[in-house]
Amino acid sequence: MEPIVEPSLRPLIAILASLVAVPLIVASGRRPNLRDTWSVLAALVKAGVVLSMLPDVLAGRMPTCRLWDVSPGIALELRVDALGLVFAIVSSVLWVLTSFYAIGYVRGAGEKKQTRFFASFALSLSSAVGIAFAGNLLTFLIFFEMLTVATYPLVLHKETDAARRGARTYLAYTLPAGIALLIAIAITWSIAGSLEFVPGGFLDRTTASPALLSTLFVLFVVGVGVKAGLIPMHAWLPAAMVAPTPVSALLHAVAVVKAGVFGVLRVTGFVFGPKLMHELSLDACLAWLAGATVVLASLLGLSQDNLKRRLAYSTVGHLAYIVLGAALVNVWSWTGAILHLAFHATMKITLFFCAGAIYVRTHKENVSELAGIGRRMPFTMAAFAIGSLGLAGVPGINGFVSKLGLLTGTVQADQLALLALLLLSGVLNAAYFFPIVHTAFFRRGDGETGFAEASPWMVVPLVVTALFSVVLGLAPDLGVHAWDLAVATASQVTGGALP
Amino acid sequence: MTPFPESDLPIAITMLLLFGAILTIAAGLVRRSFAWPVVLLTLLVVLGDAIAMLLAIVRGGPLRHTLGGWAAPIGIEYVVDALGAFVVVVIAAVSVAVTVYARAAVRAENPDQEVAFLGMMLTLLLGLTGMVLTGDLFNLYVFYEISSLAGYALLAIGDRKAPVAAFRYLILGTTGASFYLLGIGFLYVLTGSLNMADVARLLPTLHNNPALPVAIALVVAGVGLKTALFPLHGWQPDAYTYASSTTTAIIAPIMTKVSAFVLLRLLFFVFGVDLVTRLLPTGSILAWLSAAGIVVTSGMAIAQRDVKRMLAYSSVAQVGYVGLGIGLANPWALTGAVLHILNHATMKCCLFLVAGSVALHARRRTVAEYAGLGRMMPWTFASFTLAAVAMVGLPPTNGFFSKWYLLLGTIRSGSWPLVAVVGASSLLTAVYFFRLLESIYTAPATAKPEAPAGDPEAAMLVPTIALGVAVLVLGLCNSWFVTQVLQPALPAAVRLPGS
Repeated sequence: MEPIVEPSLRPLIAILASLVAVPLIVASGRRPNLRDTWSVLAALVKAGVVLSMLPDVLAGRMPTCRLWDVSPGIALELRVDALGLVFAIVSSVLWVLTSFYAIGYVRGAGEKKQTRFFASFALSLSSAVGIAFAGNLLTFLIFFEMLTVATYPLVLHKETDAARRGARTYLAYTLPAGIALLIAIAITWSIAGSLEFVPGGFLDRTTASPALLSTLFVLFVVGVGVKAGLIPMHAWLPAAMVAPTPVSALLHAVAVVKAGVFGVLRVTGFVFGPKLMHELSLDACLAWLAGATVVLASLLGLSQDNLKRRLAYSTVGHLAYIVLGAALVNVWSWTGAILHLAFHATMKITLFFCAGAIYVRTHKENVSELAGIGRRMPFTMAAFAIGSLGLAGVPGINGFVSKLGLLTGTVQADQLALLALLLLSGVLNAAYFFPIVHTAFFRRGDGETGFAEASPWMVVPLVVTALFSVVLGLAPDLGVHAWDLAVATASQVTGGALP
Repeated sequence: MTPFPESDLPIAITMLLLFGAILTIAAGLVRRSFAWPVVLLTLLVVLGDAIAMLLAIVRGGPLRHTLGGWAAPIGIEYVVDALGAFVVVVIAAVSVAVTVYARAAVRAENPDQEVAFLGMMLTLLLGLTGMVLTGDLFNLYVFYEISSLAGYALLAIGDRKAPVAAFRYLILGTTGASFYLLGIGFLYVLTGSLNMADVARLLPTLHNNPALPVAIALVVAGVGLKTALFPLHGWQPDAYTYASSTTTAIIAPIMTKVSAFVLLRLLFFVFGVDLVTRLLPTGSILAWLSAAGIVVTSGMAIAQRDVKRMLAYSSVAQVGYVGLGIGLANPWALTGAVLHILNHATMKCCLFLVAGSVALHARRRTVAEYAGLGRMMPWTFASFTLAAVAMVGLPPTNGFFSKWYLLLGTIRSGSWPLVAVVGASSLLTAVYFFRLLESIYTAPATAKPEAPAGDPEAAMLVPTIALGVAVLVLGLCNSWFVTQVLQPALPAAVRLPGS
C-alpha cells in the first residue's frame, strides 16, 4: 500500500531542534549548567517531535516537507517513511539518554572543551535525523557529509597524538567514501534523471548498460559501506574508539554507523530494488561481502584486549548482519535487518555505556583488568551481561528476534551457507563476550572491593537501555511498534508479505 | 524608476570608478584620512548601481549602451546581460567587504602608501568591471591593460620581495596582453570589425580560414595568463605571497575570476560553441590542461609552508575547475564553471582576509605558526573553517554545489579520467586544509609575546564573518542563481534542458 503524502513541518522541526541548540550551546559555554540544559532540552524536543509522527506513519501517511530546489529539478526534500522513522526514533530517543549520560561522563572524567563537545554532538544528531528523513539521494548526501564533518571534532576531542591519528584515519576513510557516493549520485542523476527514493527501486535494466549499473553499485557500496564498517573499509572504526565514550556509544554504535547501514538499505531497497539486484547478481556479491565481514570481525574481536576496541569489532560484525539482510532483499531478511538496526542499537549502546562507566570510575580500559569488577559495579555489569547475551542471540532479549528474521531471510533466499555463517557468528559472539562477564563476576580482583558504581547520571541510562533490550525481546512491537514499521517497509520494498 | 534611462547604468559604473579614483587621490592629498571614505562611498554607489542593473536586466533583458552615441560596429558598445551584471555585483560586493577591512589593515601594514593603494584599487576595479561590461574587443584590451597596470602597482605594495614579484608579473602580464592584442589583430584583419556581436556574426563564414586557430590560440593564451590558468600561472604564487594582505584579498578573488569570465565570453559568445568544441579542439585542450593543473597545483599547495603561498597555489587549482568547466563546454560543466567563479571569489576572499588578519594581528605566516590560533581568534577561525570546508567541497557550502555541477558535466562528457580528477582534487584539497585545521584547533599555540591575543577589531572581523556566512547562503540558494541568472544568459546550445 502506497503511503499518502501529508505536507508537514514536523520533519524539519525535528532536524532544527538540535541545529538551533548549537549556537545556544556555544553561547552559554561559560555556564555549564545552562549549556547542558540546552542539550537535554533539544534532545527531548527532538525525540518528542519524531515520536509524534509515529501514529501518522502507522496509519499509512507520510509527513513530507519539500523545501526549495538545491539544484535545478532536485529539491531539498524531507519525508518520513517507516524505514526513516525507525532510524530517527532510534537516534533521537537514545540521544536523550546519551545526553544525561554524557553530562555525567564529561564531568566525571574531567574532559576539556565540553562546549565544543556538546555543540558537535547536537550537530551530529541533526545530520543523523536529516539522513533518516532525506527524500532523495542529494538530500541524503548533504546530511551524510555533514555528519562526517560534525563527528570529526568529536574523534579529535582528546587532542592527544592518538586522537589526531584516529581523526586522520577517520577522514582518510570517510572523505573518499563521500566522493564515491557523490560520483555515484551524479551518475544516477545523469542516467536516470531522478534521485527520488522509490520503494522497490527506480533503476532497471533499461536505464543503462549492466557494466555501468554494476560499477554504479560498487561506487554506492563504497560510499555508504565505509560508514557501515564493511571489511575492508572498517579500519576507521576501531581507530575512532579514541573518542570519549558517549561519542563511541551514540555515534560509533548508533548514529554514524547506522547511517551507513541505513544508506545500504536505501540503496538496495529504494534505488536498485530487488529485481535489478538479482538480475545483476549484486545481491549475492554484497551478501557474501557482508558474510565475510561477519566472521572476520568476530575473529578480530577475539584478540582485542582493549574493551572499546573489542566492542568496535563486534559493531563491525553486527552491522554486517544488517547489510547481509539488506542485500538479500526478501521480506524476512529486510524485516530482520531493520529490526537489527534498532535492536543492535539498544544493546550496543548499553555495552558502551558500561565501558564508559567503568573507565570513569576505575580508569580501566582493558578486558584483562576487569577481574572482580562485577561485585563493585553490579548494576553496570548486569546490564553488560544482558547486552552481551542479546548480541549472542539468546532468546528473551531483542537480539534474538532480529536475528531470527535474518536467519529466516537466508533460508528464504536459499543461501544456506550464509545461514551457517550467521550461526557460527553467534558462537563467536559468545566467545568474545562471555569471558568478559565471567572475569567480571567470577574472578577475584587483586585490589579494592566494595560497592563503587559510577554516578546515577551514568548508571540510570545504561540500566534503561538494558531494560529496553529485554522488553523489546519479549514484546518486539511494544512502544514504538518497531515490528510493524519493519514489516511495513519490508513488504513495500520486496512486494512480499509475511505468512 | 531611475531618473535616467536604464541603459546608462553600465557606463555609470565606469564613470563612478574613474572619477572616484581621481577624487580619492585628490582627497588624499588634502588629508590622508579623507581618501578612505571616498572609496567606500564610491563602491557603495557602484554596488547600488550594479544591483539596479541586474534587476533591470532580469526584468527587461540585456542592456546596450553606445558610447557617445556612435552606433556599433564603428562605435564602442557596452552590452550587459544578466550574467555580466551578476559578475559586476559580485565584484562590487567583494570590494565593499575588502574596503571595510582595508582601512585598518593598510594603516597597519603600509601606512605611507594608503592613498596610492586606495586610488589604485579603484583603478583596478575600473579595469575589471570594464572588461565585463564592454562589447568591444579593442575596448576590452584597454580595460585589460588598465587593470593590469593597477595590478602591478598594487602587488608591488607589500613586503621587501613584493616589487620583484610584481616586476615578474609585469613582464609576463605585458606579454599576455600583447598576445591578446595580436589575436584581435588577426580577427580584425579577418572580419574588419572589433565589435563582439559583429565578429560573432561574421566568423561562421570564415571557419575554414587557417588564420582563425592562430587568433583563438593567441586570445586564449593572453586571457589565460591573466587568469593564471595552468601552465600560465608562474607569476601568481610569488605575487600573492609577498603582496600586502589587502591586495591579495582583492586581486585573488576578483582579478583571475573576471579574466576567467572574459575567457568564457570570448569562447562562447564571440568564437561560438560550434567553433571551439566541434571544429577546433580548443575546448578539450583547455579541459585537459586544466585537469593537469588541478592535480599538479593541488600537490604544490600541499608542499607549501607559507599559508598565503598555499592559498595562492590552491587558487590556481580552483581556477582549474573553471577552466575545466569552460573547456568541456556542456551545459552542466559551464554551469559549474560560472558558479565556481562566484563561489571561489567568496571563499578565497574570506581565506585571504583571515591570512591577512593573522599576519597583522598575530604576526604569524606559516602553517606551523598557525598552531593553536583557533582558541585565540575564535570568530576569525570559525569563518576560516567554513571557507575551508567549502574549498574541500563539502555540503551544504557553495563549494559543494559547483563541484556537483562540474561532476555532472564531466560525466556528461563521458571522459572518466576527468571525473576522477574532480573527485581526487577534493581529497588533495582536504589534505592541506584539514592538516591546517587540525593544528589550528588542537596544537598548543606558540608563544609570541609581541602579538596580542584575540580577534582583530570589528572593521576587519565583520567582512570576514560576512563572507563566511555568504559561503553557506550561496550554497543553499545556488539554484536561484543558476535558473534565474545563469541559464537565460548562456547561448542556447549550452543551456540546461528545460530552462
